Amino acid sequence: MAHDAALHPPTSTGLDNRKLAIWTFIGSECLFFATLISTYVVYKGQSLRGPYPHEAWTDPATGRVVERIFEIPLVTFGTAVLLFSSFFVVLSLNGLQRGKQKQFIGWLSATVICGLFFIGMQVYEFQHFVHKGLGFTTNLFGSSFFTLTGFHGTHVTLGVLWLATLLYLGIRGKMGPEKALNLEIAALYWHFVDVVWIVIFPVVYLMK
Amino acid sequence: MADSSAAHAEGHAHPGWQMYVIIALILFALTALEVGAYEVAERGISGTFGNFVSQMVVEILLVLSAAKFALVAMFYMHLKQDSKVFTALFVFPILIAAVVILALLALFVYNRSENGIWNLPPWS
Repeated sequence: MAHDAALHPPTSTGLDNRKLAIWTFIGSECLFFATLISTYVVYKGQSLRGPYPHEAWTDPATGRVVERIFEIPLVTFGTAVLLFSSFFVVLSLNGLQRGKQKQFIGWLSATVICGLFFIGMQVYEFQHFVHKGLGFTTNLFGSSFFTLTGFHGTHVTLGVLWLATLLYLGIRGKMGPEKALNLEIAALYWHFVDVVWIVIFPVVYLMK
Repeated sequence: MADSSAAHAEGHAHPGWQMYVIIALILFALTALEVGAYEVAERGISGTFGNFVSQMVVEILLVLSAAKFALVAMFYMHLKQDSKVFTALFVFPILIAAVVILALLALFVYNRSENGIWNLPPWS
């Protein structure tokens, strides 16, 4: 205990520096995603050729009709899964803070599984789009869409790796209530990834 | 024990699991409403309600999205209980982000208009 106290002495703000750091990082990430969302929004509807997100398009070269490429039910399900993963990680943190190891490990496992499902959904979606003829350089929609959702997916992947590392430490018995702040910081990052998707989902998928 | 004591140095207890369940249910309901509004607009459902939703779908989606964002930030990210410094660190960049998005939108919409710089002849 004395060792931990020496490692983390009281700060002049009275706030834990690690928590202050993650909030500052999250603040900077808000601006990062704002630029990507801005780019998507200002280029919305400006593509000179398809495929388009919400309407069918006929390829003049081949005469092939490409249906609208968004699959709203799949993405809605992925959104619900990501929302539930935020719920699961707070339950896991609640368990760890109260020293309930089974609750901590169980809910954290569920969070990691939800994160993996979301990544799988995004990989499937990207593959589906490429199969329909929408690549990164096909049109403005493709470039801005893949950049925005690709960066979000990368953040989700990093979050899954972070949470999986804590899960591994938990399974090996190296995560007790005294380490709850480690999970709280990872959970803050995870919630941020979730709130970014809360904005992306309606702006990209639901608004025409 | 320094970690946990530091985490709660400000004396802010996090809400219990009951509150987390309530928030999860509200988030789920708001997502269902978002998709519902989209479907009503997409299918062109007629009638007073259908017309209202179709006309206001963007505004409805923005309000529902903001509500979900606020709920996650306040309860799951514990901003409601934690130090106001963390709230400031989160809200201030969000305000700048909103200004950036609105400014870029205004700039691009104006420049695409007939008076916009992209529509002026090259000699003007």
